Amino acid sequence: MLRYVLKRLLLMIPTLLGAAALVFLLMRLIPGDVCVLRLATGGGSMDPTVINNCRVELGLDQPYLVQFLAFIKGLATFDLGKSMWTGRPIVNEVGLRFQLSLQVAIMATLTAVLIAIPLGTISAVKQNTWIDYVVRAFSIAGVAMPSFWLGILIILGILITSKAWFGQPWMPPIKYVPLWVDPFYNLSMLIWPALATGYRYSAVATRMTRSAMLEVLREDYVRTARAKGVFRKLIVRRHALRNALLPVVTIIGIEFAFLMGGLVVTEQVFNLNGLGKLFVESISNHDYNMTQALVMMVVAIFAFTNLVVDIVYAWLDPRIRYSR
Amino acid sequence: MKVQCSRLLHLLPAALLLAASTSGEPAQAQQPKKGGILKFVVPDEPPSFDGHRETTFALAHPIAPFYSTLIRIDPEDKTAQNYVCDTCTEMPKPTDGGKSYAFKIRKDVKFHDGKPVTVADVHATFQRIIFPPQGVSSARKEQFGMVESVTISGDDTLVFKLKYPSGAFIPALANPFNFIYAKATLDKDQHWYEKNVMGSGPFIFETHEAGALVKGKRNPNYHHAGKPYLDGFEAIFAKTQTLRVQAIRGDQAAAEFRGLPPKSRDDLVAALGKDITVQESDWNCVLLMTPNHSRKPFDDVRVRRALSLAVDRWGGSKDLSKIAIVKSVGGIVFPNHPLAAKKEELEKLAGYWPDINKSRAEAKKLLKEAGVSDLKFTLTNRAVDQPYTIVGTWLLDQWKQVGVTAEQKMEATGPFYASLNAGNFDVALEFNCQSVVNPLSDTSKFMPTDGAQYGKFQDDELVKLHNAMNRTADEAEQRKLMRAYEKRVLDEQAHNLITLWWYRIIPHRSYMKGWNITPSHYLNQDLSVVWLDK
Amino acid sequence: MATISQPSSAAGDFAKPRRSRLAVVWQFCVQNPLGAAGGLVVAVMILMAVLADVVTVYDPTRNNFGAMLEAPSSEYWLGTDQYGRDLYTRIVYGARTALLVGFVSAFVGATLGLILGVASAYFGGRFDLVFQRVMDVLMAFPLVILALAVVSIFGTGTLNVIIAITIPFIPRCARVVRSSALAVRETPYIDAARACGFSHTRIVLRHMVPNVMAPYLIMMTAAVGQAILIEASLSFLGLGVQEPVPAWGLMLRGGAQEYAESAPWVAIYPGIAISLAVFGFNLFGDALRDWLDPKMKV
Repeated sequence: MLRYVLKRLLLMIPTLLGAAALVFLLMRLIPGDVCVLRLATGGGSMDPTVINNCRVELGLDQPYLVQFLAFIKGLATFDLGKSMWTGRPIVNEVGLRFQLSLQVAIMATLTAVLIAIPLGTISAVKQNTWIDYVVRAFSIAGVAMPSFWLGILIILGILITSKAWFGQPWMPPIKYVPLWVDPFYNLSMLIWPALATGYRYSAVATRMTRSAMLEVLREDYVRTARAKGVFRKLIVRRHALRNALLPVVTIIGIEFAFLMGGLVVTEQVFNLNGLGKLFVESISNHDYNMTQALVMMVVAIFAFTNLVVDIVYAWLDPRIRYSR
Repeated sequence: MKVQCSRLLHLLPAALLLAASTSGEPAQAQQPKKGGILKFVVPDEPPSFDGHRETTFALAHPIAPFYSTLIRIDPEDKTAQNYVCDTCTEMPKPTDGGKSYAFKIRKDVKFHDGKPVTVADVHATFQRIIFPPQGVSSARKEQFGMVESVTISGDDTLVFKLKYPSGAFIPALANPFNFIYAKATLDKDQHWYEKNVMGSGPFIFETHEAGALVKGKRNPNYHHAGKPYLDGFEAIFAKTQTLRVQAIRGDQAAAEFRGLPPKSRDDLVAALGKDITVQESDWNCVLLMTPNHSRKPFDDVRVRRALSLAVDRWGGSKDLSKIAIVKSVGGIVFPNHPLAAKKEELEKLAGYWPDINKSRAEAKKLLKEAGVSDLKFTLTNRAVDQPYTIVGTWLLDQWKQVGVTAEQKMEATGPFYASLNAGNFDVALEFNCQSVVNPLSDTSKFMPTDGAQYGKFQDDELVKLHNAMNRTADEAEQRKLMRAYEKRVLDEQAHNLITLWWYRIIPHRSYMKGWNITPSHYLNQDLSVVWLDK
Repeated sequence: MATISQPSSAAGDFAKPRRSRLAVVWQFCVQNPLGAAGGLVVAVMILMAVLADVVTVYDPTRNNFGAMLEAPSSEYWLGTDQYGRDLYTRIVYGARTALLVGFVSAFVGATLGLILGVASAYFGGRFDLVFQRVMDVLMAFPLVILALAVVSIFGTGTLNVIIAITIPFIPRCARVVRSSALAVRETPYIDAARACGFSHTRIVLRHMVPNVMAPYLIMMTAAVGQAILIEASLSFLGLGVQEPVPAWGLMLRGGAQEYAESAPWVAIYPGIAISLAVFGFNLFGDALRDWLDPKMKV
């Protein structure tokens, strides 16, 4: 097991390096220059010496190889540098948004799990009944609906419902306050994007749970248990669910990794100051340092989550052998 | 619920408030109440905190409250034509045939760190703005083209010497972006103010949460006694318009100071009734299409004129004013200003003819003559819905009527300006937004030599007209020259083509008092006279 | 290992007449009613998109401010938007954009993934190892960010959106195909083919690829639905096609949010169109998978 973990960790390094090279290349392929962007907005005149000074200051006049090596060195020493757009340390800029994105990701995952596992189980147990069809329709709708559309509908729904119930339209807060400072305010803001995103992920997880449960329910040991006369519920909980959960855990783990930094559209709809928004802004601002740092962070989270999920998988199911 | 209590309170001065809110005039009879935090939403985030460098409202709204300026528009004057002192003692009369202005600086102005504001600080500030040192970007340098020198006289007087008398000098000086910085700080680091805030204004900088908000608290040592009334303010950044409207609706914010489209106003009024006050005004902002003269076939004046002739401005004004923040048809001068063209004069210019069919037939004819009857090109536009995308979509449809097929390319603000500066476009939809209404200097944008002119052309006649217009003090002569200037820009040479003038609609919560709308969304944003009636 | 099974006419005592294509389709519909429904939705959509000029009356891009924000009526079946353009017309023409982007991205992405995945499984060794890492890197990139980067480099517009959406599909398809291909590689007839001296290309294209058609088709149908969703997200963000070209995501941008309360049809119908399209493709894809791979039948 230890050898396996070590081997996987070692294999992560080329992945990370590859991602670093890719993002470095991509950013420099995009036409435009952060200095021109910073200094020529608003239609003011452009002084070439000012632009030049800016480029020198940010190290953009160096040959690409030198820039790349500086980038790698920064990664290795965990020094992410300063944002080219605002000049502030990247760690600070990211830290602010990280809190919010993490919270939304956790809440969305919780929502997904709380919906998916019971629904998927029921749907599998009562296969081909109307309950099954309803759940399947519900989950397929979740996968089919664009999450930003769901977000728009949710906001619309809140407005109409609050007007009907309270006489005054109520809007979720637009300002972020950390959970420990004012839990009610914080939750009243983040529950909605969590729901909009969570519904979509619950759909994926429901289908996975359902298919995994169905496979498990056909296994011999389940049939034996039923023949023994064990209660249906006990079978489900003690034998079936645990084994069915393995692939579900995989899916949930991987989806969670995507939630960090991937919620670009949802953040726009709900005005969340999260990593997705930062991503989009840094790309359109040509803020190389920021985009590179963010991509590396997301890739690292993804690779790491993959690893953790695989380890948990192997640990939980001794039958699995990783020979390759 | 809190809301119901305030509803009851509103019943008492209902008569007063009813008249006030429906006519859009805030009640003046009440005494300002002290206290409270004003929350408002801002559509965009500023790229830096340096007022001298930036020109966007995204800087003015959250940051102007922290700074003082030398002079400004009287915040209590609704016409926005009255200039008063902020950090000077009194408005000086020009001497030396109108070429010299001497400002005496107040002795009681202090920066928020306690250090006093001296004439040396004001001097360093205007040196930076008018004669920026190497490596410093000053966006309003050209507006001060008439200034010869800035000197200190005595221990508290700042003297501006002009090359020639100019009616554009005082308005330029009153620009709200002329924040007063400290000389000591500038001497150490000319770029310090880009990332930091240290002003002498009505509010002290509290926090900035990147991407989220800016907070300020009351300055107890503000040199205008008794103000500000507010305890503080919160400027929350919200890029989506719908969210801003909903924030006002849900009382998460009291106002948005840029401007909302008529639909949003109607929704808010329908939803909130008396709790919303609407103030409206013509806006000193206009969208114009600028063909790139260095690209074929836009070097041909016939093609440029055709592009203007195809557009039905009169009809568009009626239609677009329902869904966008544009309204008035006008030339290059702010509508209804004495220097602006009257309707009869306007109708003679290409693109403003009352008969659109005749206009479009002429456009088709010109295109045919130029050999590009089936012209295809890309309109470079800014990726902001109000009003850029809407006006762009409308223009595309107008051009289709004369056989011109265009498509839009939306670019974020940064890349948009990069394209414009590099001349990387066919036709661009850009804007001319100024603060104080001052047509003589506002129209300098159309000069081929102006820093904000992207058309890439030469036109000495235009330069002559503009300079002559600015040198004369006779208003009749100014008007005559302005008409000739306008005709050349819009009709004869079709260098830049005006579309529609913007219209500012500010629906705000009725408990926010003391704020008066002006024709510019840059003005009146230091919030020193705003108070909350709660 | 999944292969498309067809009863052979030379099966001796159990010889049955070869089923006609129509009979095969009919059996599919009967066994998978949901899939058939999905397939129907897809077919109708494709038909309407192709015959857009026939099934619509109005011009999708012509402004008509006199009919601004009209409610659905007999004149404007789904109402009009803020420019006075008929919503039904724009949705039908929008289907063109959606289907074009969806099919091309899915097909190109899945096919490239197929070839690369099979080649990687076949050649194995160092090539496989490197290939795996490259695919890992591409997969770890958040989809929207990759699309954003591509659009920033190449600009907006339909072709660039297609490129932007195709790229993330390649590693995902390659992964799945590779697993199947690995199993195929172990079969004796691949060894036999090598023994016969067939070239690598021939073996890959003639022997391995046909045997991984099932996962390939499944990935492709799943990809179409996903591509439509991503295209909608990109045009919602303003990175896809631009006004006045009709595209479902674009129709939900800006105006729809603003008028959601007073003119809800502007916000609801384009969303329904997207959902229905993805719904249809997913159902059809699911049923296809069940039908092709009896082991996975749930």
